[in-house]
Amino acid sequence: MKAQLEAIRTGALEAIAGTQAIADLESLRVKYLGKKGELTAVLKQMGRLSAEERPAMGQMANEVRTRLEAAIETQSSLLSQKALETRLKLEALDVTIPGKRQSVGHKHPMYSVLDEMKEIFLNMGFEIMDGPEIEQADYNFTKLNAPENHPSRDWTDTFYLKEDSSVLLRSQTSPMQIRAMETYGVPIRMISAGRVYRKDEVDATHSPMFHQIEGLVVDKGITMADLKGTLNAVIREIYGPETVTRFRPHHFPFTEPSCEVDIQCYKCGGKGCPTCKGEGWIEILGAGMVHPKVLRGCGIDPEEYSGFAFGMGLERLALGQYKISDMRLIFENDIRFLEQF
Amino acid sequence: MKLSRKWLQEFVDVGPVNDRDFAEAMTLSGSKVEVTEDLGAEISNIVVGRILSMERHPDSDHMWVCQVDVAEGEPVQIVTGAWNVHTGDLVPVAKHNSTLPGGKKITRGKLRGVLSDGMMCGLSELGLDERDFPYAVIEAAALLNDYKPTDPEKPSIPADIHPGHKIYDPVLAAQVLECTPQSDGSFHTCLMLKDATACLDTRLQNIHVGDMVAYNEKTDTICTLADLHAEQKEFPHCIPDGIFVLHEDCKPGDDIRPVIGADDHVVEFEITPNRPDCLSVMGLAREAAVTFRKPLALHEPAVKGGAEGALPELLDVETPDPDLCPRYTARMVRNVKIAPSPKWMRERLRSSGVRPINNIVDITNYVMLEYGQPMHAFDYRYVKGGKIVVRRARDGEELTTLDNNVRQLTSDMLVIADDTRAVGLAGVMGGLNSEIVGDTADVVFESANFEGSCIRKTALALGMRTEASAKFEKGLDILNTLPAVNRACELVELLGAGEVVDGVIDILNYVPQPVTVKFEPAKMNRFLGVEIPEEQQRQTLLDLGFGLEGDVVTVPSWRSDVEHWSDIAEETARFYGYNKIPDTLSSGLGERRGWNRVQQAENTMGALCRAAGYSEIITYSFISPAYYDKICLPADSPLRNSMKILNPLGEDTSIMRTTTLPSMLEILARNYNYRNKSVRLYELGRTYFAKNDGSGMADEPKILSLGAYGGGMDFFTLKGAVESILEGLRITGVHYEAEAENPSYHPGRCARIRRGDTILGVLGQIHPRVADNYGVDCELYTAELHLDAMCQCAGCKPLYCPLPKFPAVTRDISLLCGCDVPVAALEDCIRRGAKGLLKNESLFDIYTGPGVPDGKKSVAFNLELRADDRSLTAEEADEDVKSILELLRDELGAVLR
Repeated sequence: MKAQLEAIRTGALEAIAGTQAIADLESLRVKYLGKKGELTAVLKQMGRLSAEERPAMGQMANEVRTRLEAAIETQSSLLSQKALETRLKLEALDVTIPGKRQSVGHKHPMYSVLDEMKEIFLNMGFEIMDGPEIEQADYNFTKLNAPENHPSRDWTDTFYLKEDSSVLLRSQTSPMQIRAMETYGVPIRMISAGRVYRKDEVDATHSPMFHQIEGLVVDKGITMADLKGTLNAVIREIYGPETVTRFRPHHFPFTEPSCEVDIQCYKCGGKGCPTCKGEGWIEILGAGMVHPKVLRGCGIDPEEYSGFAFGMGLERLALGQYKISDMRLIFENDIRFLEQF
Repeated sequence: MKLSRKWLQEFVDVGPVNDRDFAEAMTLSGSKVEVTEDLGAEISNIVVGRILSMERHPDSDHMWVCQVDVAEGEPVQIVTGAWNVHTGDLVPVAKHNSTLPGGKKITRGKLRGVLSDGMMCGLSELGLDERDFPYAVIEAAALLNDYKPTDPEKPSIPADIHPGHKIYDPVLAAQVLECTPQSDGSFHTCLMLKDATACLDTRLQNIHVGDMVAYNEKTDTICTLADLHAEQKEFPHCIPDGIFVLHEDCKPGDDIRPVIGADDHVVEFEITPNRPDCLSVMGLAREAAVTFRKPLALHEPAVKGGAEGALPELLDVETPDPDLCPRYTARMVRNVKIAPSPKWMRERLRSSGVRPINNIVDITNYVMLEYGQPMHAFDYRYVKGGKIVVRRARDGEELTTLDNNVRQLTSDMLVIADDTRAVGLAGVMGGLNSEIVGDTADVVFESANFEGSCIRKTALALGMRTEASAKFEKGLDILNTLPAVNRACELVELLGAGEVVDGVIDILNYVPQPVTVKFEPAKMNRFLGVEIPEEQQRQTLLDLGFGLEGDVVTVPSWRSDVEHWSDIAEETARFYGYNKIPDTLSSGLGERRGWNRVQQAENTMGALCRAAGYSEIITYSFISPAYYDKICLPADSPLRNSMKILNPLGEDTSIMRTTTLPSMLEILARNYNYRNKSVRLYELGRTYFAKNDGSGMADEPKILSLGAYGGGMDFFTLKGAVESILEGLRITGVHYEAEAENPSYHPGRCARIRRGDTILGVLGQIHPRVADNYGVDCELYTAELHLDAMCQCAGCKPLYCPLPKFPAVTRDISLLCGCDVPVAALEDCIRRGAKGLLKNESLFDIYTGPGVPDGKKSVAFNLELRADDRSLTAEEADEDVKSILELLRDELGAVLR
């Protein structure tokens, strides 16, 4: 009987180690350990053994069973590991094949830039105001202290909708300064962006319709230093923290003092190159302290309140940021262009 | 405004500051520099040379080999084809490895085998022309040895012609025996006739010993091509061109740049319209002086006068329209000798971008540049009656201006007239009839102040914006006319151009009152956020020419832009330096901030459109009226009632759109023409409708438009996008109704989108006829959604609805109904028919074909039935389905298939 058990052990272990499939392993299990299996058959002969032999044989038989079960277990996990490996190998993909894409639309680059600007100002506590594009000359010019004979009032420069020049397509977003002050009074901290219109023929750098963003802050004790601080903060948000700016005196009818703000050319670092037309600086916005006449016209006492205003063209910003060479692309709306952004 | 730094130097010495630093400093103090130019930057290695000897080229019929002294020990040898040079001449020599203006390089080379060690330069090669150096005009003799007969009809000159042969009476052939340059630029010439000789002076410059010339015995002159009625091609080398022979104070080896005035540096400024005073050398000098904190040395003109005659007897001035002519100042100059102006004046004019003409005209331009005061000079002969009337033109009056154009005038324009006719267009341009010409003897200098907007409108109406009108329109300093006219007279005397009559005619119709502003240094500091010492603020104002007594600032007459303390703040700030002002952060914070509700909705809409695959576009707000025809709007459509731009760029952009549809179709068509296969676009754009409140303004409702074609686009794909967008905005209860009346859309593929009584918009396939109008032969799909309506219908934030605890029972039903029964009606019946267990119904199939009778269709729905408080039994579910089916049968005749 011992010899029988030995034979089973040796034969079974060999057979188990040699299996290639889970199914073969299962039939081996049945063959040796099943109810009609060989080991079971041997155990049935236990009755014939003597009481002395029985414990030793029983122990041996159990050992053989445990051993076989362990071997089957090991072989089984080995085989399923192998099977998994085979399957994974079969399932391997060419990961360089392009993905299946969910087509998603693109924001217009102009409005990407605009939204970025809006976020910057919102984070600085500004509100965003919206206003009419068909505007009264009073708001577009007169209340902004533009002289009666200012060239921008000419019919060659501004689009008019009334013979008496009283209604026009706004040529700047600045009338929103007046509307904001008239509607809400002080304090005020707002920006307004949108379409403006000037009588320029379409070319690489001009369009009869373009976009501006305008800002206005009025409160007690606002200084030109506040103007500088605010605009420098905004500019660093847009162009990066290392941006060098330059404020230089300029003239706008509705601000005094007025300035234009340049940034040091990002291409040449100020040495002068074609991007900055050799000047080393790129003009990005106009600003100034709100003219006391403008404040007074809106019912705000300039001896008590002061403020600053600023405005900038968005097309140039977008063109610069995305290195777009021709403004016509902005309004052409070729899908191949739009999908780049 | 172009500023010569040499000229500036006359008024202020800013020290050794290079152009870049000068430009930076001036820009930062408010005079923006556009560009600086070193006039001689491109010129290198060009020097003065003296021609030591000349020999004819051994292998050419027209070239000369010259030995030229350039003060380098050995002379250099230069071969030239020019015939106007002579031994002893001083000429510009571009040596080996030199550069001409424009960057052209000159190197050593061989001309027909003879070494040429550089080049002698003509005027144009140095970037000059005859107006810069009038004496350098070249007149050529007709040299018979250069004659190449071309016209067989014309008598030819025999090859063996000899001195003394008659060409035609009284012209003889003559051989040049001697030709010596003289200091005045003429040549002493001796000619051999047959037996005699003739000696004469000539200014013809191409004659050399040995040449054969045509000599006119009667006039004792050498003939030019014109004298012989010859054509240029008959004398190919006798041309009015050649080397620039210098008559300047210079010597061999001198750098050519100072000799020709190319040693100046020009700074071009962009002057803002509020500072017409800076459109002058003196104005900029004042700015420069304060910028660099250097003394300003202005010049007080001094006129000797003393010419014959008394001014009041010679000239009478009337200004019947005093409001248009606040001041008129005039002086007279007699015995004028019109001539080129001196080199220094020509150079300064040229540096300033003004072409020299003659001494009198140049003086007026010079004074205009120096003082910023436009000047005009009339020929006194043509001022009839010795009377100048500054009056409005008569309607229809004509004047030929100096540019030789006949101008039709109106009574809005101001003219300078004599007794009988206009002789000039005030402040814009003089008249041709009183132009300064070669034999002008007496001149009237006008230095006037005209009303700016009148001048501006005149210039605009006639399309002739001139240097003078551009200045006047900005409003000039009324006190400047007298010093300017005196300066002109002073220059006349300095140039020896004439004699100045004593006295000045000066009509002052308006006496300006000086503007005063309170000096408040502490307020300035508070306003600017700085701490500039009072003394520094005071000094800046004084240096700028402001008066300052106690706390009263008196604004100088040339600074009409200053009238308020904020203007004084700017003066203080710009010379302190904007960039020295600290950066602080302001308040002004209010309650309103962040995105408002509409802005949030707009942002959401954009995001939803993009998520649905649509890309954003920007289209023009103005369109062509013809676009309404393109989208087949009926003639009486109220949408055609557009607001019109009265001065549009063109018909195509002449009206404000009342619909965004044509804009979208235009862009779709453009993409189609670019062969873009699949396109999805959206725009949130405004439309414009006139308000009826008399304000002239508009309601400007925004439309969200979607447009698409290709890539499997069909009605339901677009509808799906619209549904997603509306759902994203939490708009519920939306109905889609067939819309057959919209003329722009396919009558069977268009839906009106409605929620309750509110129309949200329309969507569908564009009518094939409209697509055809846009040249597109594929299906175009668009949707137009009203922003206002959507915002109005947008739901609030969603509330949580408990997730189902019990399983649902599903039933599929396949209905047979008439083809014309809309799915929405079936759905409606299903919802109403259920007895409260139906949670959802979804369409999954529509079928017509074999197995379905003609005129019928099979529509299949999946029904989901569930109770919130228990598990349904099949019987309960069937009860509901049964009720649904009954209603379908009763109302729509739809039965289970």
